[in-house]
Amino acid sequence: MELMRPGADFISAQTYNGIFTVHGIIMIFLVVIPGITAVFGNIIMPIQIGARDVVFPKLNLLSFYLYVVGAITALLSQFIYGGTPDTGWTFYAPYSTSTHTNVVMAVTAATILGFSSILTGLNFIVTIHRLRTKGMTWFRMPLFPWAVYSTAWIQVLATPIIGITLLMVIAERVFQIGFFDPKLGGDPVLYQHLFWIYSHPAVYIMILPAMGVITEIIPTFCQRKVFGYKAIAMSSVAIAGVGYFVWGHHMYTSGMSENAQWIFSLLTFLVAVPSAIKMFNWIATMYKGSIKLDPPFVYTLLFMFNFMIGGLTGLILGSLATNVQVHATAFVVAHFHYIIFGGMGFAFFAAIHYWFPKMYGRMYNLKYANTYAIIQFVGFTLLYFPQFIIGFQGMPRRYFDYLPKFQMGQIVSGIGAIVFGVGFYMMIVHLIRSARKGAIAEANPWGGTTLEWMIPSPPPVENFGEQLPVITEEPYNYK
Amino acid sequence: MEQHTAHHVEVRDDEGDRMGMWLFIFTEILLFSGLFLVYAVYRSQYPQDFHIAGYQLNVLIGTINTVILLVSSATIAMSITAVQLGNKKLALALIGTTILLALVFLVNKYFEWGHKIHEGLYPGSPIFLSLHRGQLLFFGLYYFMTGLHALHIIIGMIFLTVVFVKVSKASVNKTDFVLLENGALYWHLVDLIWIFLFPLLYLIA
Repeated sequence: MELMRPGADFISAQTYNGIFTVHGIIMIFLVVIPGITAVFGNIIMPIQIGARDVVFPKLNLLSFYLYVVGAITALLSQFIYGGTPDTGWTFYAPYSTSTHTNVVMAVTAATILGFSSILTGLNFIVTIHRLRTKGMTWFRMPLFPWAVYSTAWIQVLATPIIGITLLMVIAERVFQIGFFDPKLGGDPVLYQHLFWIYSHPAVYIMILPAMGVITEIIPTFCQRKVFGYKAIAMSSVAIAGVGYFVWGHHMYTSGMSENAQWIFSLLTFLVAVPSAIKMFNWIATMYKGSIKLDPPFVYTLLFMFNFMIGGLTGLILGSLATNVQVHATAFVVAHFHYIIFGGMGFAFFAAIHYWFPKMYGRMYNLKYANTYAIIQFVGFTLLYFPQFIIGFQGMPRRYFDYLPKFQMGQIVSGIGAIVFGVGFYMMIVHLIRSARKGAIAEANPWGGTTLEWMIPSPPPVENFGEQLPVITEEPYNYK
Repeated sequence: MEQHTAHHVEVRDDEGDRMGMWLFIFTEILLFSGLFLVYAVYRSQYPQDFHIAGYQLNVLIGTINTVILLVSSATIAMSITAVQLGNKKLALALIGTTILLALVFLVNKYFEWGHKIHEGLYPGSPIFLSLHRGQLLFFGLYYFMTGLHALHIIIGMIFLTVVFVKVSKASVNKTDFVLLENGALYWHLVDLIWIFLFPLLYLIA
């Protein structure tokens, strides 16, 4: 993405295709899908429900090993046999079944990672059902576990479909069994359907835990009870449910009946409702709160800003008429990155800064962290906002070269990428240094009320001592 | 680390284990449902070709294999009762029979596939590629679905072998038999999928 400044040739078109495919595979399958769920779901979720660990620790280890194997396979696929896959992360047939690059290995990696994701989801569902501590009823559970719970269901219900689809792609390449390649009798559009049946819910796997994090942070830094607890909990479940039926909006231009088109469009609009419910509840929670602008909260505000832009442009894409205009342009790229990068990415940073003192028992410098957050935001906006504009003017995505009129936007994007990179690098260095040398953090530096703040930092093995906590009231009771 | 493992209590949660297994079975069904979906789409497009191609499958072997799997499901279900009653010998015999039946199923499958391959009907062969579009798709699905199912049979056999060893060591016993139950559940799933594959592939002609 960053390499593509003016129009000229740094790299060949083939390398460019390879690079955006690698970028997609690594970011989607290795970073954003497991990101918040696997990291904070594993560390924080059990504490928040008052459990010592997840219910199947060995299975958890297995899914971690599968993740490592999948990651290694994915990285190797870029270097050996036939060269870097050039299909894009979507592996659209029939190109994915006929290109000479190393698709089989990349697809195998995605399948292994999918399996790891299923096992994690399964583990979390059973954990939340079985291991809530005494008195921790469903509606006394903090909202991050609610988000993790909804996500886990999507992981369990949607991932097998991509598993089987990718296995079919492998079978088609290795054994020449025709499923999707018209030469062998197959139907490529069917591949797109099967692919998006998983991959659209997958974006909710990415964003739901992020929303859960945000819902934890806002009450803590406003010292106010969360507004509309049940509405937020249920909207997580609703997103998981409705999100399952909107995959068709990726394929308006792929050939689909008019009825299917408008139904998918309607459902797409519907799925925006629960997200908006969350947004309004977050804002209502801040109302009359005593707000502290510490780094987790700053990241949260940036998340909300980005997510709002990303969400509203999503509706532009979800409408049939405008979709045809902007389909497969940089506009889509910008929308996607506003949700995933500006949303999930910033929420991930928020989560790191929020639970950092808990996980490492040390504190970082609040002022520095805030500065880096602002730098990142400026870089991010410069990087992606111009893509909306040039996308609307017709700049297609995944193109190696472009008309001169788009040059201005591309240059701004390039600068933005550098600014963001600098901010990101400074944040990482700062956090690593703080983890080693920062001031010792207290057990509850932010004044939170959920269970993880009631135990020492960093948490002892098995989280709680001999006695598991007993819960007598709802979460987020401030004052 | 050490002082914590000292007072670490292993909490047994059979209900949780069962729930995990059911969820896993659910994902397996979804895995196959992707294939059933593809089958449904192509069959509705090429009903005639599916009829002709399905006619060429060996219904006799298919039927024998169906009976074998049904019997094996019964034996594994009976083994649970045997363990509950504390009759270890009978339980081992029943689990052993199940594994043996699974093996017979695979041998039959081997002959069936071998015969087809001998006729030149395998993916990528010249005869195969000259087939009508729908027939091509049918045989592709036939190989892929039964192949994936056979893989599940093998996984199930490994699972049941582990259970067999644990029963013989009495770590699966009268009071703690959830592992056997889960193994049996998995085996029923493998059986159930076959119950759907058999008519869809062999009997539609």
